[in-house]
Amino acid sequence: MLQIKDLKFSYLKPNRELFNDFSLDLLPGNVYGLLGKNGAGKSTLIYLMTGLLTPVSGQVTLDGNDVRRRLPITLSDMFLVPEEFDLPHISLNKFISINAPFYPRFSMDDMNRYLDIFEIEHNIKLQSLSMGQKKKVFMSFALATNTQVLIMDEPTNGLDIPSKSQFRKIIAMGMNDEKLMLFSTHQVRDIEAILDHVTIIDQSRVLLNTSIADVSSRLAFRQLRDGDRPLLVQQGPMGSMAVVPASPNEETQVDLEMLFNATLQQPQAIKELFSKNS
Amino acid sequence: MNFKDNKAIYLQIADRIGNDILNCHLPVDGKIPSVREMAAMIEVNANTVARTYEYLQQSGIIYTKRGLGYFVSPDAHDIIVSQRKQLLTEHGEMDYFLSQLKAVGITPDELKQIYSEFLNK
Repeated sequence: MLQIKDLKFSYLKPNRELFNDFSLDLLPGNVYGLLGKNGAGKSTLIYLMTGLLTPVSGQVTLDGNDVRRRLPITLSDMFLVPEEFDLPHISLNKFISINAPFYPRFSMDDMNRYLDIFEIEHNIKLQSLSMGQKKKVFMSFALATNTQVLIMDEPTNGLDIPSKSQFRKIIAMGMNDEKLMLFSTHQVRDIEAILDHVTIIDQSRVLLNTSIADVSSRLAFRQLRDGDRPLLVQQGPMGSMAVVPASPNEETQVDLEMLFNATLQQPQAIKELFSKNS
Repeated sequence: MNFKDNKAIYLQIADRIGNDILNCHLPVDGKIPSVREMAAMIEVNANTVARTYEYLQQSGIIYTKRGLGYFVSPDAHDIIVSQRKQLLTEHGEMDYFLSQLKAVGITPDELKQIYSEFLNK
């Protein structure tokens, strides 16, 4: 559905090529977690995916249309919640009446349901809200537009602890087989359980792009045992936790933080392990 | 829901549903929440819940009525009990427990007494 093909992009700074020959195919029905170190290009990739930046070469298409053309058919079917944003100084009702008409599948019922879960009153002025509350209002709106593609950059940044759980709830409620959601994050623990797909990028490369189910069939995340050949070992209060190739029928809970570290430290080993047919 | 175990999440959800069946929160032939409802309730990905339901259906613990949703099988209770017994013995949990008892020197008679007291609680 959302296709990134042979993307090349760099900022003006010399020797700072971010993407070269970068390709990625994103499919509906999935919630993607986009993981990468600081400066790996997560936000840049998101802006390229939503047509806000122009690649040097290559392209991003949504259902065959180049997103960079910013056609109404594309813009009415994707929504981006950036990490930081401003909202106009108007009432929420006014905001909705101005913006909702651009999104044919916008649902006021959904909007109200999400606001209720976030415990935000419906009759409010946007300028009176704290940053965290603004984020909740904007995320509720984003989800209620029911666009095919919903992208959020660091969605849980600025949310307090109860709101993180509320966030997971509205994502689980708002997801369906026709939608594609993608969240970039450093706070993997916040959103681990609502992801079904993980995409790890490093300078211009996709290091891993696969489903959580695939990860749990190939890798085990557990205490280190004698005879293991771990890809990563981390010391913790429970002893040495390890990422090891999974033995047949061994299915553990995927620890995204450990998966991320293992992938960055042993990209080649991960690549080989995941290129085998399961 | 907190996922602490190191079992895959879809299996932890299966355990949770199994508990609800064993303690009769979910009665035989009772409807269980839809995939979407369950996903929102426990804040996990719907595909993960779908995987749980597929697993429970294959095990014979739940069945589906086309267009109506998922229901608890009449045999659910027996299947869950035998699955869990099997886990205890085959996956070494029982062995581990017994080796701990041995390590601290609890005799079979003492164990018998502890277990009887536990059952009478």
